[in-house]
Parts: sequence; C-alpha cells; structure tokens
Amino acid sequence: MSISVGYYPGCSGSGTSVEYDKSTRAVCKKLGIELNDIDDWSCCGSTPAHTVNHTLSAALSARNLVLAAKQGQEEVVTPCPSCLANLRTASRKIEDETYRPKVEALLDESCEKAATVASTLQLIVEKVGMDAIKKAVVKPLKDLNVACYYGCIMNRPPELMQFDDSENPMAMDNIMEACGATVLPFPLKVECCGAAGGMPRKDLVTELSGRLLDVAASLNTEIIVTACPLCQMNLDLRQGQVNRANGTSYDIPVVYFTQLLGLALGLSAEEVGLSKLVVDPTPRLRFAGVL
Amino acid sequence: METIPLNSPDKEFIREVQERSGQNVLTCYQCGNCTAGCPYNFAYDISVSRVMRLVQLGQREAVLKSHSIWLCASCQSCTTRCPNNIDVAKIMDVLRHMAREAGYATERNIKAFGDAFLESVEKHGRVYELGVTASYVCKTGRFWTDIDLAPAMLPKNKLSIKPHEIRGKEHVSEIFKRFRERDIAKENR
Ligand code: SF4
Ligand code: SF4
Repeated sequence: MSISVGYYPGCSGSGTSVEYDKSTRAVCKKLGIELNDIDDWSCCGSTPAHTVNHTLSAALSARNLVLAAKQGQEEVVTPCPSCLANLRTASRKIEDETYRPKVEALLDESCEKAATVASTLQLIVEKVGMDAIKKAVVKPLKDLNVACYYGCIMNRPPELMQFDDSENPMAMDNIMEACGATVLPFPLKVECCGAAGGMPRKDLVTELSGRLLDVAASLNTEIIVTACPLCQMNLDLRQGQVNRANGTSYDIPVVYFTQLLGLALGLSAEEVGLSKLVVDPTPRLRFAGVL
Repeated sequence: METIPLNSPDKEFIREVQERSGQNVLTCYQCGNCTAGCPYNFAYDISVSRVMRLVQLGQREAVLKSHSIWLCASCQSCTTRCPNNIDVAKIMDVLRHMAREAGYATERNIKAFGDAFLESVEKHGRVYELGVTASYVCKTGRFWTDIDLAPAMLPKNKLSIKPHEIRGKEHVSEIFKRFRERDIAKENR
C-alpha cells in the first residue's frame, strides 16, 4: 500500500507533545503512509484566535492549506484535534464564495487552491483499516486494560468533523482491539478535560480531569489512551496537581494511541518516545509482556 | 440572585448576535440540553441556556459581563446536542468577541493567556511556549502558577528554550497587521 499526504504537525508537536509527533511519524511509516511536512507551516492560532475573531482564525489556518496546495498536496492530515478543528473550519470558510474574499484580504493571497484536512486517526482508520492493522501486529497488547479517551473536539461538531460518532466514537477503541488490547467501556470518552484552562484557571482542570481519572480508576483502567496533546498533558503532566487538589493518589499512565499502536507493530520504546511521558507506563507494559 | 430588568430589550444587540454568528437565537426554546451537557456549568455564573435566553431578551450588559463566556472552552457539546441545530458554541465565541470589543474581560487571566499566545504567533509564526509563559506572567503577575510542573517537564526536554522561527513569519505578522487595520470585526456585521 502506498499513501502519500501532506502533514501538519502543529506547534505542540515540537514542544509538549514531541512523543505524539514522533510516534505518529513512526507508525505511519510502518503502515506505508508517506507524510510530507508542509514546508514553513505556521501556527493555526489555536483557541485564542477564534475567541478573538473568526476571519483572523481562518486566515492563520488558511495560510497552511494554501501552502500545502502549492506544494502539490491535495490533502493534509494533522494529529492534533485542536489544529484539526481550526483547519477544517477555515477550509469550510474558504469553500464559501461569499466568505473567501475576507480571508483572502487578510492573507493577501488567493485561497482558491487549498488542501483539505483530516486527522491522522481518520487516515489510519479509513485508508489502512483494521484488517491490515491486525495483520501487521507482531506484539499483541494482550493482558492490557485500556480506556480510550477522545476528548471533546476530535469528532464534534459532527457536521464539521464528518468522522466517527460524536457521542460514542470507536476509532481508537477499534485500533486498540485490533492490537489485542482489552478495551473498557469508558463513559466519559468525549467529556472535556479542562482544555487550555490549565494556566489561567487550574481549578477547572483539576475538577474536570479529576472526574476523568476517577471514572478511569473505577473501571480498573491500566492505561488511558488519547489522541489530543492537551488532553494528554492535563491527564499526565497535571496528574500530580489533580491528585493534590482532590486528595487522590492516581498513577495511571496516559499514552498516545500511536505509541501503543507503534509498540504492537514492533517499534521500540525509544521509537515511540515512551520516556517523554510523566507517569511511567513501562511497569505495566512490561507486566503485560509488551516491552 | 441578581434580578434582570426585562422592560428594555436591546434590539440592536439581538440583531448583532444573530448576524455575526449566523444563528437564529429566537428558535431556542430553553430545553436545557446545552446546559445539561456543559462541562463548565459548575463554574458558570450564568448557565449557557440562560445566556441564550438573555440574548433573546436583548440583555447586552448582563451577557457581555458574564464570566461564563470566558470560561467556555468551545468543547462543542452544546452545539452537538441542541435539538434546534443552533451552533451555541459559535454564539459563545461571538459574545466573547463582542465583550472584548466593548472592553469587558471578567476573566482577566484567561484573556491575558490568549493575548500572550497570539502575540507569540504574531512574532514568530509559531507559538513559543516559554515566551507565552513569560509574557503571561508579566501580564498577570502570576509567577508561581505552574512552577510545580517544572521538575516533571524540564528533564523531558518538553519546553523548547528557543522560539520556533519560520521563514514566513513576516507573512504571519502581516495577517495580524491587516486584521487590525481593516477592523474585520465591524465588517463582519
Ligand atoms: S439546547 Fe438549544 S434549544 Fe435547548 S436550551 Fe440550549 S440553545 Fe436552547
Ligand atoms: S462549548 Fe462552551 S458553552 Fe458549550 S458546552 Fe462546551 S463549554 Fe459549555
């Protein structure tokens, strides 16, 4: 199989979520997907941009979609749901002929040719598929109880994202199952973790991420699987803050789905960046025979 | 509980919210689905369905001065679950835009964080975490906010010390410049 698409790593990919970027690249390579970085990509503006102005937000994202098209990419994928939401919203705005001129005025450039956008999760599910993953697994994740946590915006709103189910998404569940893991029915799959509130309003994050950890713990979750840099950071890096605020003592590893998928496909702990995680997953992975 | 006088609806406010969001707020029949699913409801001063009602009633001040519109994380739960297909999250966004323009920022730290983030993008083309943190600290004086994370983060090399400069950073800063010059906010109306 050979698939080739444009790749938008997003700012956190070179900062707080280097291991997501690294494992995404390694997994895609293993699955025969060629990721072509958009040369000179810029920040999509994330949440701050759309809370200031929608046209500004669209222009910051559109710059990347236009660049990608110039570099010959029809489709761009991104691992980050927040980038995905912004790029998709921009994509929709520039398809609208009455709105496009406003974006073009800010960009000072035509947006007629722009790439479309999907998540790397969607790409793996739709272009590779579960059968191919099952066949490629060399180290099954057996004896591992995982809870898949999608976060709020990977699939919402459904009209915009057009992928999976907005209330009960299954993409990561299916991938983990194909890798041999036992997937727990996690009822808070799409609840919010506190998002970017971490720095300005830590109390909101400790409350919301605390709920997620409470429920995960009650299900005997051994590892939480995520697809969002912000969710991963709130649950992993901030797990100590959550514990201190709520009087709990959780110690649940929170990994990216690409890290577990990568291990199942035979990649090494180093190749999927396991050492970057704050709550160390290696004891459980070793116990389950994955490492 | 604060009482809100309903005798003088600000019709211009209703019209502006409708036009800038492209949503028909009048179809909201207060089923409460948005509030029921809102993860931030515990921290809101006015629940999201009440915000909708106050918009219908033209209560500009009460809405634009609420904390809720700043606390909303754009999680899209309300939009996904509204039986009338109202993009409620988009309305919350538009209310934030209007609150900014009117000079209200009832959650000063949230606004400061967003501003610091965008300044970093404007300057470097990509966001630079340490720069955002430093600028946020300057704006708010909250130095100790996340200092307890440093021992967990620094050994993992998760914070880049240098900004991520791109070749096209001027192109990005010009987007911001044109945005300010053209005052897109008003054009959107
Ligand atoms: S879900 Fe929709 S109709 Fe129901 S209260 Fe909220 S905005 Fe109104
Ligand atoms: S988008 Fe905002 S208002 Fe709507 S449910 Fe989420 S946090 Fe609440």
